[in-house]
Amino acid sequence: MYELVEKSEIFNVHKMVIKAPGIADSMKPGQFCIIMATEFSERIPMTVSDWSTDTGTITIYALELGISTLELARMKVGGSLYAVTGPLGTPSEIRHYGTVVLGGGCYGIGGIYPIAKACKEAGNEVISIVEARYSPMFYHEKELQQVSNQVFYATSDGSRGKKGKVEDVIAEMLERGARVDQAFFMGCTQMLERCSEATRPIGIPTKVALNSIMLDGTGMCGACRVTVGGETKFACVDGPEFDGHKVDWRELQQRKSAYTEQEAVVYQSLSHECLAEKKLRGEL
Amino acid sequence: MGLTAKERMAIERHSMAEQPAGFRNRNFEEVPYGYTPDEAVAEAQRCLSCKNRPCVSGCPVEVPIPEFIALVTEKRFTEAARLIKTKNVLPAVCGRVCPQETQCEAVCIQGKKDKTQAVAIGNLERFAADFERENNPMEAPEVQDKNGLKVAIIGSGPSGLTVAGDLIRFGYEVTIYEAFHRGGGVLVYGIPEFRLPKKVVETEIKALEDTGVTIHYNSVIGRLYTVDDLFKRLGFSAVFIGVGAGLPIFLDIPGMNLNGVFSANEYLTRSNLMKSYLFPQYKTPVIVGKGVAVIGGGNVAMDSARTAIRLGAEKVTIVYRRAREQMPARAAEVHHAEEEGIEFRLLSSPVEIFRNDQGWVTGMKCQRYELGEPDESGRRRPVPIENSFFEFDCDLVVVSIGGKANPLITRTTPDMEVNKWGYIVTDPWGRTSKRSVYAGGDIVTGAATVISSMGAGRRAAKAIHEDLTKENDETFTPDWW
Repeated sequence: MYELVEKSEIFNVHKMVIKAPGIADSMKPGQFCIIMATEFSERIPMTVSDWSTDTGTITIYALELGISTLELARMKVGGSLYAVTGPLGTPSEIRHYGTVVLGGGCYGIGGIYPIAKACKEAGNEVISIVEARYSPMFYHEKELQQVSNQVFYATSDGSRGKKGKVEDVIAEMLERGARVDQAFFMGCTQMLERCSEATRPIGIPTKVALNSIMLDGTGMCGACRVTVGGETKFACVDGPEFDGHKVDWRELQQRKSAYTEQEAVVYQSLSHECLAEKKLRGEL
Repeated sequence: MGLTAKERMAIERHSMAEQPAGFRNRNFEEVPYGYTPDEAVAEAQRCLSCKNRPCVSGCPVEVPIPEFIALVTEKRFTEAARLIKTKNVLPAVCGRVCPQETQCEAVCIQGKKDKTQAVAIGNLERFAADFERENNPMEAPEVQDKNGLKVAIIGSGPSGLTVAGDLIRFGYEVTIYEAFHRGGGVLVYGIPEFRLPKKVVETEIKALEDTGVTIHYNSVIGRLYTVDDLFKRLGFSAVFIGVGAGLPIFLDIPGMNLNGVFSANEYLTRSNLMKSYLFPQYKTPVIVGKGVAVIGGGNVAMDSARTAIRLGAEKVTIVYRRAREQMPARAAEVHHAEEEGIEFRLLSSPVEIFRNDQGWVTGMKCQRYELGEPDESGRRRPVPIENSFFEFDCDLVVVSIGGKANPLITRTTPDMEVNKWGYIVTDPWGRTSKRSVYAGGDIVTGAATVISSMGAGRRAAKAIHEDLTKENDETFTPDWW
């Protein structure tokens, strides 16, 4: 079950293609899976960036950040994940909006792909904007280009496209008088907040895919609760997409940092493994 | 052997030896050790084998109580367990978590004068089931020839396991869809290890799988497949929904989304299912509070409080709106919690949770209550006392005030009737308004007990069997759809 059939790494972002035929059959854009690498792992939500009913596989991009994603990063092709649950979450609302801007950073570079694809198929003009620290960190490029009318790049060091971030590209577009009917953003919380602020002044309807801490993913525990427009919502069932102009960002940031201390403890409990030495010994 | 009724009446009830309170509140091992065989026989001899069997009518699944107890007196322990299993597929579980004091033991003649002197039916059930499990290879029950019909069960909690156990014996092909990576539902995510060791549940589930029941884990129906998909795409003839209530309620007071505020579902799921009490071997973290406040007075609140103290909290306080006599928790659980050093602030309800700049809980403000006139549940209604407040420090709050109906399945099954609270409407046999769809347990009744869910499962299994059998007879039109 859940065999890892393909794996590659682009600067700490791990592409993982996982055998999960049932999930691939039912998956819709904007949905996610909850994944456990081993029996001992946490349950972590992962956006599904691509899937195929032909091969019965789903593709995720895992940004190696803490213990759970490290465990994923260490997995080898041919091995199996302990648990993959999905699809979860309410699918993105796909319809003919007109011009749709999709912004992605980190795992969101891959994550916006299925939404872009569906928006394109629904007859929208699709403009994708992706950000990274520097040029080689982009991935899933060809695929994104195929489903976008235009792709813009933004890098912190200016090595490709605009020097800056997604919201800087948006600001420029809006200055030029571009018309945007709907925006979708996916990435880290700071990026989602910044991008929502960029679309707020001229009132572009903005959806953000929130990434709060989750446990079961079915609405049973409430770990993922977020305040949107003054109301408590569960990101796992009511979301993950919400109106970016109504999210209580400060609360979300605080709730996401709840386990910082425990994360450090569990990370240090791992046996140390020097990857450079392993490479020298030819084991990597 | 051969005791007179008078002699039987003269024997005092045998309590189970248990871990001392000051020791057990720092570990997750089970609290009572269970009977020794001698204790079990001695307790069994207290049974008067009443002809009219009041205890059996007190049991939601009608376990043949006097008969299994008679086998215990003869030291035929394994046979006793197997006799229970003809009516109850999970005796080791029910012996531990059933509220016997309000069911079978409540009507026991031995307890007529003094309730505490009823025959310890639950303890004996647990003993027999444990003895069988520990001393015998699991014996697969007799299974009828396969009839070629497939039944899907959603949820592997008490009701789902009961339906599965019954239908596999009737010859159906049975598939359970479980949302989590382990089976058992509330038995594994909700009830803590110290009340119900997980190996007990695992053994029961393994036994079902050995009998031929297929369990698909990590499968959330309503998302992965709809109920209609189960019929049309996957070819099932009937579907049983036993998904539990599954949606936590929070209080409508300031501070409910602070860091350090948990639903009991989350807190217990972290500790039990994800085993964060073994952190960092198991990597799901849980916050160990210094001062923990648990809001609520049910069994789940007791489980949360007793988990908190075992995880290492310095002080654990239960905050409950009504008085002690009105607590829905079993008296034994309240007693256990008290012994373990848990404080009770009764007739009190939180009005605000305090915070620091980082968004963490620092304390709680409560309003004092007094008891007024009885409400529709017959319990005296708690009435807030004006301007009577108190505050105390805490860094962790567990909200355990019940749940609501999870809408994942009902929303994707619009042609199935639900009531105004979102619970599924069924007839007494578990038939829903949608043809060939049955439901039972907390998603029908709201929060209830393990055994009442098992009772619902048993009735639904009978209804499924009856309806599917009659369906093959083309002249028959059931009158319920």
